[in-house]
Amino acid sequence: MIQVKSLKFNYPKRKTILDNINLEFVPGNIYGLFGRNGEGKSTLMKLMCGLLFPKTGACQIFDQPTSARTVKGLQDSFIVPEDFELSPLRIATYAKVNGAFYPKFSFEQFHHLIKEFHLDLQDFIPTLSFGQQKKVLIAFGIATNTKLLLMDEPTNGLDIPSKSQFRKIIAEAVDKGKCIIIATHQVRDLHSLINHLVILDQARVILDQSLSAVSNTLWFGKPPQGISEPILFSESSFGGKVVLPRNERHETEVDLELLFNAALARPEEINHILKTAHHEPAV
Amino acid sequence: MNYDNSKPIYLQIVDLFYENILSKKWCEEERIPSVREVAMMVEVNPNTAIRAFTYLQEQNVIHNIRGIGYFVSKNGYQSVLNIKKSEFMKQTLPDVFKKMGLLHVQMEEVTETYNQYLKTKEHEKK
Repeated sequence: MIQVKSLKFNYPKRKTILDNINLEFVPGNIYGLFGRNGEGKSTLMKLMCGLLFPKTGACQIFDQPTSARTVKGLQDSFIVPEDFELSPLRIATYAKVNGAFYPKFSFEQFHHLIKEFHLDLQDFIPTLSFGQQKKVLIAFGIATNTKLLLMDEPTNGLDIPSKSQFRKIIAEAVDKGKCIIIATHQVRDLHSLINHLVILDQARVILDQSLSAVSNTLWFGKPPQGISEPILFSESSFGGKVVLPRNERHETEVDLELLFNAALARPEEINHILKTAHHEPAV
Repeated sequence: MNYDNSKPIYLQIVDLFYENILSKKWCEEERIPSVREVAMMVEVNPNTAIRAFTYLQEQNVIHNIRGIGYFVSKNGYQSVLNIKKSEFMKQTLPDVFKKMGLLHVQMEEVTETYNQYLKTKEHEKK
């Protein structure tokens, strides 16, 4: 649905922030976009919805460059940015005014989400806190029912119960026709939702894998005794955690934080093992 | 749901289903929540929930009726009982035995504690 081809980008008079990026995002998935601060996650998202233009290469939605900002493309993509300013309106008015731009916008669904977030349609947006305004925007983004939904740090500013609410709402919203991409540092908030991860580092994609491929190939946990094979990556907190080739071991849940650190430290090895395992026929 | 970090989430969902069936919260040949409802309930990606449903179907614990939904199978309770019992024998007990060895606990002491436990239970019932 959305393809990034040999994309290169830099802000004026700054070094290249994204270099030769190739990615493909398919509906029915929730992608997690990770990277250190300033590695270009938000920039990539802005490129994907046509808010920035690539220097070379392209970003295409429904086979049209996002920079062309076609009506079809804009009607079917929505971004929830990290920082935003909403018009000084009541929530209901805001939704009516802006919903008009999205043919599949459902006011009913929006109302339902606003209630889930303990807000009221009559609330005046400027009187709401940052977290509450973020909820309005998240609810609106989901209710637009666009095929592509981009969210930049959506759980920032949400209180503890709202994070759980957010996960429920996303689990409900995703379906076969929708592609959701979330950029975040809050791995623990969203771990159970993401089924594919993309890691950016030093202007490049260093990992682009589905979590099922990862959990088929790699093993995460406390180091077992008497292992003969080389440890791929280890961390020494609390008795230690390691990444090992899975081989015959039981499947473990992917430890996203550990995988992230492992990929940053040893990208070649991690990719090599994931790629070679992929080509072997499934047993 | 509180996740155990080491076990794949789909297997933790499977455990949740087992619990509901063993406690008769979900009875045989009764309809259970849909994939989407389960995904929302435990706040996971629907793809993960589907994996749990597929796994349970392979274990003959649940089955799908097209266009209607998922149901606990006719002998679902017995199937779960067998699975959980074998898990207890093969995993839980060896762990206990290992700890018993480490702590020098004798079998007689275990029997005694167990009988004590039964007595207390009996009392509580009265």
